Amino acid sequence: MHVAIIGNGISGITAARFIRKLSSKHRITVISAETDYFFSRTALMYIYMGHMRHEDTKPYEDWFWKKNKIDLLKAYVKAVDTNNKQLILDQGRPLTYDKLIIASGSTPNKFGWPGQDLKRVGGLYSYQDLENMENHSEGLQRAVIVGGGLIGIEMAEMYHSRHIPVTFLVREKSYWNAVLPAEESDMVSRHIKEHGIDLRLSTELKEIIDDGNGNACAVVTNEGERIECGYVGLTAGVHPNIKFLEGSGIESQRGIIVNEYLETNIPDVYAIGDCAQASQPRPGRRPIEAVWYTGRMMGETVAYNVCGKQIAYDPGIWFNSAKFIDIEYQIYGDISGRMPAHYQSIYWEHKDGQKAIRIAYDKNEGHVVGFNLMGVRYRHEVCEKWLRDKTPVEEVLQNLGLANFDPEFYKEYEEEVIKTYNQQAGKQLQLKKRRSLTAALKFLNPIR
Amino acid sequence: MSFIQKLGLGVFVIALLIFTMALGLDQFKLSDKSLEFGGISEYHKQEILAQAEKRGSLNKVYGANFSFIKEFKILLKDAQNSLAKKAKEQGVPEGVSDWDYKLGSWKFKEYTPAALKASAQGPVSGNPVLFLFLTFGLGIIGGLLYILPIFQAIPGIKNNHIYHNPMTRGLKLGPRALFLGATIIGVLVYGITYMGEKYIWSAITGGIALLIIGLVFFFENQRRRNPAKSAGPSQMTAWLGVLTGIYLIAFYILLYWKPELITAWITIVNPVSKALSGNDASQWFLYGLLYTVIVLVMGIRMIAKYRHNRYQMIRTGSVMFFQTAFAFLLPEIMVRLNQPYFDFKNIWPLNYTFFFDWNINNLVNSGGMGVFMMVWGIVLVVIGVPLFTYFFGKRWYCSWVCGCGGLAETLGDPYRQLSDKSLSAWRFERWIIHGVLAFAIIMTVLVLYTYFTGTRTIIKSSLLTINSDSIRTWYGFLIGSAFAGVVGTGFYPLMGNRVWCRFGCPLAAYLGLVQRFKSRFRITTNGGQCISCGNCSTYCEMGIDVRWYAQRGQDIVRSSCVGCGVCSAVCPRGVLRLENSSMDVNTRTSEVRTLHITDDKIELVG
Repeated sequence: MHVAIIGNGISGITAARFIRKLSSKHRITVISAETDYFFSRTALMYIYMGHMRHEDTKPYEDWFWKKNKIDLLKAYVKAVDTNNKQLILDQGRPLTYDKLIIASGSTPNKFGWPGQDLKRVGGLYSYQDLENMENHSEGLQRAVIVGGGLIGIEMAEMYHSRHIPVTFLVREKSYWNAVLPAEESDMVSRHIKEHGIDLRLSTELKEIIDDGNGNACAVVTNEGERIECGYVGLTAGVHPNIKFLEGSGIESQRGIIVNEYLETNIPDVYAIGDCAQASQPRPGRRPIEAVWYTGRMMGETVAYNVCGKQIAYDPGIWFNSAKFIDIEYQIYGDISGRMPAHYQSIYWEHKDGQKAIRIAYDKNEGHVVGFNLMGVRYRHEVCEKWLRDKTPVEEVLQNLGLANFDPEFYKEYEEEVIKTYNQQAGKQLQLKKRRSLTAALKFLNPIR
Repeated sequence: MSFIQKLGLGVFVIALLIFTMALGLDQFKLSDKSLEFGGISEYHKQEILAQAEKRGSLNKVYGANFSFIKEFKILLKDAQNSLAKKAKEQGVPEGVSDWDYKLGSWKFKEYTPAALKASAQGPVSGNPVLFLFLTFGLGIIGGLLYILPIFQAIPGIKNNHIYHNPMTRGLKLGPRALFLGATIIGVLVYGITYMGEKYIWSAITGGIALLIIGLVFFFENQRRRNPAKSAGPSQMTAWLGVLTGIYLIAFYILLYWKPELITAWITIVNPVSKALSGNDASQWFLYGLLYTVIVLVMGIRMIAKYRHNRYQMIRTGSVMFFQTAFAFLLPEIMVRLNQPYFDFKNIWPLNYTFFFDWNINNLVNSGGMGVFMMVWGIVLVVIGVPLFTYFFGKRWYCSWVCGCGGLAETLGDPYRQLSDKSLSAWRFERWIIHGVLAFAIIMTVLVLYTYFTGTRTIIKSSLLTINSDSIRTWYGFLIGSAFAGVVGTGFYPLMGNRVWCRFGCPLAAYLGLVQRFKSRFRITTNGGQCISCGNCSTYCEMGIDVRWYAQRGQDIVRSSCVGCGVCSAVCPRGVLRLENSSMDVNTRTSEVRTLHITDDKIELVG
């Protein structure tokens, strides 16, 4: 059987690796026009900032693929002919497959802004985007970044590391406030400004100005202000990269529609990662989730399905993480900027204004629904177990140390969280468990 | 870079220039004063002076140490011949021992630097305290001016432009191989001279090196593999790093094998030595002082860089303390108190001279304190290492106590990303470091055999004669000096800051075996949070591909991990944690941990 995989990102590569783990017989071809080898696009920013080289972002050495008999093909798939099971490439003969996995990822959103396709305008998703930024960095006097999400702040940090002034246009009243609750959003907004980044809240892009040679030279905001700049970063989210599938008969809306087995409407064609849209997402999950780990999990799941072992995709309880310049962020469960009224938060913030712990629980049922951490690390597995078991919030609080994943000697703030709760609820709870791997593992696996 | 930082850098460079130039500023006058130093026999003194008179070099002034040494060597040889002849003809004067009369060649090494120091005249020897300030003092001031402004920046991981910097971005594989090859060949060739024109030791070592290369390339099948995770950048070469590396390598060569050329530096630190132990400074005192100053100043830099991270601050404080108190001050104080010079934290087999006859005799004959030192040293090896490593991993030593680790974690921190993460490097590492451990054990066993039986000759045949003295001399030269010093530190800017600790240190090998097979220490990974960015692997100074484990949620137990905690510090997603608990270690370090496929029908494939 020949399995063709479009895309050598985390999803496609995980699929290839796991198919190889399950069977040594199948022929596997991974096709990508982006780079010769799999690299971690989450690390693009570190290449620009000089923390890492491109080589360092490759999780596997170059010989790994040959050793594992995974064929890598550098080509662009122009179209998919599902009737003849063929991929039409930009060069050479069409490639025939028995099963096809589409893992073509995302592409940055553009909302029809005038000038959005000029030179010196770009997002940050692909390796080419990074090269584009790099090529236009020399002598750059100012960059404008449009869109207050995770990529926007990464781009701001990248330019900041080279002492290039940044104006950061954010449509919302506060940074990423759809996802971050108000206090956390405020903390990050403060942190961005503290770094000297020109953060413009409640500001939208109206137009990108052409300098007459097809280069962006300034932007105009919705307030009519003109900001001179040498580069415009468009970071207002991403959408599935599926344009090449037009006319292929593969059903799609925003993304490629897949069932729980990651199958599309066409037999033997699967879609995973950023480009896949779940027809029936699990509770608490969105149809399209363009995050690293879902790509990895889908890649693993699709490998079983391709190899004839039917397994439903189950990403478990929502979690994610990020880093806002110097502030680490972790989330487990259902916390956002717009939480339902019956959710109650316990929010503790360190006096340095750079650390916070939020635990949300269901007021009616009393069980915990989410953890939001700023500048503090919590154990994924412990939080997930509490959430899955719908553990009462007071039980969670008393054992909160089990979740602490901060490095040794770091101060533990669980007692202060409990104090916050005690004041809020008029209780007298005490912390019973402090940070300990042994205790955490006993909790995770009580039957020994 | 702020103005203050630029100023600091400037001051530091000036101090470094003065330090370097100090070697050539003095003149050397060959006179009767030249031979006024402790430990010289009166007969030798008179004879050398007589020979100088004869050759017309008495009261002659030499502009450089080279020319002085050249003349002095001739005088020593002449004096040696003359005294030997006199002894033969007239006999040794009554009541005078043979070696006080006849001038043995082994005295040359002692007399030459001493004579140089005594003959020096000029700005350095005239004003050692001034030069102490101009070199060490300005160096410290410049360093601090450069470092202290870091405290003003917003705390957080700042590795910006490490790979853009000509000091820290590393070398391509080709130039790196060239440096390594040239150094190995240089050491082996010089080794022939060092062992008294005996080529056999270099030949055996070269043979073993070829064997290891063969094992890795052919037996372990690495030859055709392009090492993508090498530290070799494709487009860049760190010319400043190369210069720094060459400077450091030159420093170590002079320190170990040509100390007579650096007497000016020894003169500069002499006042400090006098104040501490009351003795004249040796090249080892110079090295100890320089080492300690560097660990302290660069330790402050480390603390500034990681001041948001308590683990790093406390750990850095610990290496600064152990270097200053245990490695530097305490031994000097011991000497002042008429006790043996002893570094309480230096453990065999890193401290490879511990079981040498002169050390054992020195300790055992020094009364209660000496015997305690002897027992302490043995207890550390037999009980201390396994016990502490069981509880805390090898980090209790390698990144908290050890002097080599102390330098690597302070001076070496800017170069930690240059360690090679390729599988080939790991395979070389395992063969070499365990080879050195085996060499250290064999050498020590033979030395002890000689100590207890008095038999020096181990192998005697027509082809080859091996005695324990030459084995230990070769170990000291090859491992103790060339590997630990010249390569260990000289290669910081070329191959990362833990070349010695990773590839060479026999104690690290011993600690690593305990850590790998019987220790509670591991690095845990945090569920599914890893994004495979590779910061952990990049900044692992031991060349561990941390990401390989982290991205599959696998806990990490690796013999080489020194527990510096930087992988955890640089991780942007809070994935890694250093832990002391062996619970579930077998299941959680297993190679495939499928995450979030909770279906019972799934069996993990291995």
